[in-house]
Amino acid sequence: MTSTKLITRRQALITGVSSLGGLALAGCSDELPPTYGNLLRIGDVLTYKAHRLLLPERTLAKEYARSEITSIAAIGTTDPGDARQELFTPDYGEDYARLRGDDFADWRLEVEGSVARPGSYSLADLKRFPSRTQITRHQCEEGWSAIAEWTGVPLRTVLEASGVNASARFVQFYCYDIVADGIDMLDALHPQTILAYGMNGRDLPVAHGAPLRARVETQLGYKSMKYLRKIVVTDEFDDLGPYGPLRNGWAWYAGI
Amino acid sequence: MRRVDTRPLDHTSPHRPAHARWVRLCHWLLAASVLALGVSGFVVLMAHPRLYWGEAGNDLTPALLELPISRNFRHGGWQQTVVFSPDGSGGDARVDGRARPVVSASRTYEIYNENGWARSLHFLAAWLLVATGAAYALAGALTGHAARDLLPRARDLAPQALWADLVARLGRRGEAVSPGPPYGPLQRCAYFGVAFLALPVLVVTGLAMSPAITAAYPFVASVWGGAQSARTIHFFAFALVAAFAIGHVLMAARAGFGRQLRALTIGERSAEPRSP
Repeated sequence: MTSTKLITRRQALITGVSSLGGLALAGCSDELPPTYGNLLRIGDVLTYKAHRLLLPERTLAKEYARSEITSIAAIGTTDPGDARQELFTPDYGEDYARLRGDDFADWRLEVEGSVARPGSYSLADLKRFPSRTQITRHQCEEGWSAIAEWTGVPLRTVLEASGVNASARFVQFYCYDIVADGIDMLDALHPQTILAYGMNGRDLPVAHGAPLRARVETQLGYKSMKYLRKIVVTDEFDDLGPYGPLRNGWAWYAGI
Repeated sequence: MRRVDTRPLDHTSPHRPAHARWVRLCHWLLAASVLALGVSGFVVLMAHPRLYWGEAGNDLTPALLELPISRNFRHGGWQQTVVFSPDGSGGDARVDGRARPVVSASRTYEIYNENGWARSLHFLAAWLLVATGAAYALAGALTGHAARDLLPRARDLAPQALWADLVARLGRRGEAVSPGPPYGPLQRCAYFGVAFLALPVLVVTGLAMSPAITAAYPFVASVWGGAQSARTIHFFAFALVAAFAIGHVLMAARAGFGRQLRALTIGERSAEPRSP
């Protein structure tokens, strides 16, 4: 009896809070990450909205001198082909091990979704685009940071080559381990958002996402997805189900 | 619209509450947000209990301070994979000036990390702190409460005055103190220092750790000497606030906890004359 009453009261509270959040954010729901009525997620959306309203667009994150490059930890998946790793998936991990054995000669990045010209790019294709090299600070949600040099093709260049539709709002990254994540078009088109194949003057090491990783310098490190295999452009928000950050209890927007 | 009462408070009137209604409201909202920030901030720190000075720092660079507060303390689960610059030309030497090679290593240890909820709770509570703090500062300025009751006067900052106040307070065991202003030198320094120095420093050093905000406004981090310096200052500034909060509750308990609580909630004013 008591527990039924408690649950009812809690649900009333949750419903009340989520409808408040809904009211506050009405009018742009399909362009915002879902809150699932969770107070923490409502706070995340408030931060996202505030950043997009208040911060100037297109300002560059600080870039450093070569002499400031630091040692850097590799965390999370450090080899998607290793079945002992926590986020290993046989669906793609075995492909990864095979591609890696051949120095990623057969690896291709698929680009699909809300684009006029879906297709795929080999590493050589991506290296033929004009490259960008930047020495930036990787800021991990855990609290540490590291400065490294990243070389790659601006995501904007690849999106333009694929003919992104005017209705497109988000870019989702799919990886060779069991994670996926996305960013909005503002961050996707940011000049420092690159698909990096080089690190500190050499090929991107496996521990750091070989052969290709995202660098999203305006957000925390976990948005700079490693081991890319597919990019999907979407018109609406996609929480990516069990593979995305939201269903695992993490903020989607990590510009904080 | 209600007019703001700018007349000086009559602290001896038995009808006027010891604390204005807006002071009481802000006090508890700020107390709740500081508590939530303290708990969530500690959980976030447990994920990486190392502090640094400068722009960047991680497990492979020297720390300024390591805190034994979780199983992540000096966990040692690292497997070196890459040496980027064997000649030690990199930026790892900030702390002790020793040349070090720039390396990378893969973590082989399952760390404690509850940052999914802890970070989001931290930022939610930070919104509450900033909103309440802004309202409090505005009301404090408009009503004259901040300048009249909180701002330490020149004579309050004299070491003799602070010492005399401390001795008097510690000596007044079990003696009830009338709640609310006027405040003594220690109270003025503590209340003003926390509300108008420590909490704003915490907010700005917090923002200095945001990649989006530092991309937009790099000085938010550079003014502290880098984002990791800001993180270290964030830690020590909160340590001061936590020390204040403990001292604050203990002093309230000495001064008659129930009476202080009633004054700060329902706004009760005791008719007893204030002890000298």
